[in-house]
Amino acid sequence: MNSRPDLDSAHIAATDAPAIAMAAAVPPATLSASAPPKQMSILAHARYVISENPVTGIAFGLFLLITICAIFGPWIAPYDPLASNTMSALQAPSAKHWFGTDQLGRDILSRVMVAARLDMAIAVFSVALVFALGGLSGTAAGFFGGWTDRVVGRIADTIMAFPLFVLAMGIVAALGNTVTNIVIATAIINYPLYARVARAEANVRRDAGFVQAARLSGNGEFRILLTQILPNIMPIMVVQMSLTMGYAILNAAGLSFIGLGVRPPTPEWGIMVAEGASFIVSGEWWIAFFPGAALMLAVFCFNLLGDGLRDIVDPQRRT
Amino acid sequence: MTATTLLDVRDLTVEFMTRRGIVKAVQHVNVTVGKGETVGIVGESGSGKSVTSYAVMRIIDRAGKIADGAITFSGIDVRDAPEKDMRDLRGREMSMIFQNPRAALNPIRKVGHQIEDVLLQHVQAQPSDAKEKAIEALKKVRIARPEERYHAYPFELSGGMCQRVVIALALACQPQLLIADEPTTGLDVTTQKAVMDLVVELTRERGMSTILITHDLGLAAAYCDRVVVMEKGKVVETAASSTIFKAPQHAYTRKLMRATPRLGVSLRDLLPEDAPPSHAPVPAPPEESLDKTPLLVVSNLVKEYPRQGATSTLANFFRKKDQLPVAEMFKAVDGISFEIRRGESVGLVGESGCGKSTTSMMVMRLLDPTSGMVTFDGEDIGAIPAKEFAKSPMRKRIQMVFQDPTDSLNPRFTAVRAIADPILRMSDIRGRDAVRARCEELARQVGLPIELLDRFPHQLSGGQKARVGIARAIALSPELVILDEPTAALDVSVQALVLNLLEDLKRSLGMSYLFVSHDLNVVRLLCDRVIVMRSGKIVEEGTAERVMDAPQSDYTKELLSAIPHPPL
Repeated sequence: MNSRPDLDSAHIAATDAPAIAMAAAVPPATLSASAPPKQMSILAHARYVISENPVTGIAFGLFLLITICAIFGPWIAPYDPLASNTMSALQAPSAKHWFGTDQLGRDILSRVMVAARLDMAIAVFSVALVFALGGLSGTAAGFFGGWTDRVVGRIADTIMAFPLFVLAMGIVAALGNTVTNIVIATAIINYPLYARVARAEANVRRDAGFVQAARLSGNGEFRILLTQILPNIMPIMVVQMSLTMGYAILNAAGLSFIGLGVRPPTPEWGIMVAEGASFIVSGEWWIAFFPGAALMLAVFCFNLLGDGLRDIVDPQRRT
Repeated sequence: MTATTLLDVRDLTVEFMTRRGIVKAVQHVNVTVGKGETVGIVGESGSGKSVTSYAVMRIIDRAGKIADGAITFSGIDVRDAPEKDMRDLRGREMSMIFQNPRAALNPIRKVGHQIEDVLLQHVQAQPSDAKEKAIEALKKVRIARPEERYHAYPFELSGGMCQRVVIALALACQPQLLIADEPTTGLDVTTQKAVMDLVVELTRERGMSTILITHDLGLAAAYCDRVVVMEKGKVVETAASSTIFKAPQHAYTRKLMRATPRLGVSLRDLLPEDAPPSHAPVPAPPEESLDKTPLLVVSNLVKEYPRQGATSTLANFFRKKDQLPVAEMFKAVDGISFEIRRGESVGLVGESGCGKSTTSMMVMRLLDPTSGMVTFDGEDIGAIPAKEFAKSPMRKRIQMVFQDPTDSLNPRFTAVRAIADPILRMSDIRGRDAVRARCEELARQVGLPIELLDRFPHQLSGGQKARVGIARAIALSPELVILDEPTAALDVSVQALVLNLLEDLKRSLGMSYLFVSHDLNVVRLLCDRVIVMRSGKIVEEGTAERVMDAPQSDYTKELLSAIPHPPL
C-alpha cells in the first residue's frame, strides 16, 4: 500500500490544474507559455481552497483545536478531570469554572478537553481499521470481479441489512464492554461504505489503458492492484475517511451514552451527556450542554473537512 | 456589413479566469457568415475554434467571458442580449451539433420524445401534432422506418443514427444557422460521409448557413465554401476553400496541409519543410530479412461473446413463433488467418465493431481466443492463458502502443517510472542508475527531452505522452509491436512526427508492426501490407499499393471513396 496516502492525494490534487484548465476549454497552447507547469505546493493549494470557501478554514481551525486537546488535554486542562469536590458541586459557568461543574464538583471544561483524546482515538483507530479492510477488499472486488466481488458484495449487503447502531450495540454487548470492541464495532458498521466506494473506483479502472500497459510490462494481477489501482483511488478514499470520522465519533459517543463501552468516571463526551441529561430538568443545563456541543462541533468539523478535502481533491472544482 | 450577412463576429476576444491568471482563448477573431454559406473553422486542439462557436451561442462556461468585440446575428447583438432572448434564439434561430452524439441525447428518453420537446419548447408544434412532426423530422434525416425509430432509445441506435437524430433535433425548428462542432469525429469514414452529405444537402435545401468546426482539412475542403484557419486563438487565414488549398498564404496553413496524410505522398513529406531530419538516415534493412519465416501466424482465430444473458432469454421467451431464436453467441472475430514476417508492417483496417481491436488483443495475449491458433516464432502462444502470459518469457517479445496516450499512462507515475516499469519487471537491468540510464537512452530514441522524464502525464502534451508510450513499448526491444491507432488522439502535425518516429524506430530496431487503424491514408504511409476487416472477417488482403490503388472488394472501394481529400 502507499506509504503516504495523504501526501499523495494532496499531490495529485495540486498537480491536476493544467488538465482542468483544458477542460474549461482554455487552449493548452496559451498555457504553455508558463510551461513547464510548476507544481503548486499543497499548502498553496490548500490556502486557495480555504480562501474560496472560508468554512473549510473554520473546519481546519476546529480540527486543530480538537487535535491539540486530544494530544495535550491532560496537561493544559485547568483542573484534574477526575478530582471530585463536593464543596463546588453543580456550579453554573463562571470565571473560575468556565463550563461549570457537575454533581461531583468536577470541572466540566477539563473533562471535555481530556475526553477529546478518547473519542478521537476511537474514531481514528476504527477509521484506520475499516480503511484497511474495506478499502483493500473493495478494491480487490472491483478489480478482480468474479467470486471476490460476490463475497465482498454479500458481506457488505449483510451488514447493511441491519440497523447499523443496533448492530454496533449487539457487537459490543457480545464481545464485551471495552474500548477495543467499540473500535471494532464502529469499523464493522462502516465497512459497506468503504468497500462500495473502493469497488466502484477500482471497477472503472480495471481495463484502463495504463492497467493493460502494466500487464504488458509483465506485472502480475496482484501487483497491478497494489501499484496501479490503489494509488489512483487513494484521493477519494481520503475524503471518505474524513466524512466517516464524524460518524465514528458519534457512534462511539452514542454507545457510551446508552451505557456500552466506556464507563464512568472516565471522561467521555457520550457519558457526560448521559450523566448531565437528568440535571437538565432541574436547570443545570451546562453539564450535558458543553460535552454535547463538543460532540456536535467535532462531527460538524469532520464533515466540513470532508467537503473541503473533496474540493481539494476534485478536479472539477479547480477551474 | 452587407445585407446577406447572417452572422458577423468582429474583433472577438474571449478570456478565461484561471488560477494562473487570465488566459485569452480567442483573440481578435473576425468571422462572417453569409446567408446560405458554409464556413469551415479549421485548427488543431487548443486553437480556440470551439470557444469561438460557444461565444456565438453565448454558452461559454462560467469561468470565461467575452472580453472584447461584437457578435451580431441577423441584427441582434448577441453579446448584450438578455438571457431570455438568447434562450429563444438558441435552438430556434441557431442550433448546434456536438461531437459525441450519444452524449448529446438523453439516454433514458425515447428519441421521438426528445424531438417533440424541442418542437414544443419553441412553439413549433402543438401537443396534438407533435408526434407527427417529430416523425416528419426523423424522415427528413433519412432514418429508415421513422415510425419505429420514434420509440427507440439512444442506446438502441448506432453512432451514425444517433448523429442523425441530433441533426433532426438541431434542424427541427428550421434555424438559420447551424454550428457543427466536429460532428463526425467519433464516426467511421463511411458514416462520416453519409452524415456530412446529409448536413450539406439539408442546409442547402433550406438556405441555411453552417459553421463546420473541424480539425480535418480534407473534410473542410470537401464541404465548405470558405475556410477560416485558426492557430492559438487567432485567425491566421481566411479564404475560399478552392483557393486556400491551392495557394495557402500563411505558414501555419501550409504546415497543416503538409501534415495531412493524403494520396501520393510519402511519410517524410508530412514533416514541415524546415524540419531538420530527426534522425540520421537509417540504412534500410537487408532485403533478405523480409523473406524469412513468418514471425507471427494467426490461423482460424475466433472470438465469441455470449449475448447478454437476460436479454436473449427474454427475447426468446417473448419472440413470435415465426421469428428465429436469437443466437446465443456473437462472433466478434470469425475465423481469420494472416501472418506477419520479420521486419514487416501490416495494417489491420476496418470500421468500428469489425473486430480489429479484438484481434489485436488476442494476438497481444490480453484476451483468450475461443478457438484458433496464434503462433509466435514457432510457438503456440494462443495456448497460454492470458492471465499467465505476464509471467511468460514471450511477454517481452510482443508489446503494444495504445490508442489513447493519456489513458495508457498511470496518472500517478512520472514518465520515467512508466518507461521503467517493463524494465524493472522483465529485463536483466538492475540498479537505480542503470535503469535510469536505459530510460534516458529510450527517451533519446523516441525524441523525448530528458528533462521531461520526471514529469507526470498531465504535465506533458499529447505528442509527448505518445512518445512515453512508445518508449515503454520498445523498452524491452520487442520483435512485434502492435500499434492500436497510436495517432487517433493526436493533431495532424503531431501525428506526422509520431508516424515518422515509428518508421525510424522500425528500421533501426528491426521490429515488425501490426498497425490497427480505421484510417486507410495513415495505414498506407506506414505499412507494407494491408488487411481489411469487416464483421469479424477478412474481406481483402494485399500490398498497401495494390489495396489502395486497385481495391478488389466493394467494401474497400466504399471505404476509400468515403475519405474526404483536400484538393491538392
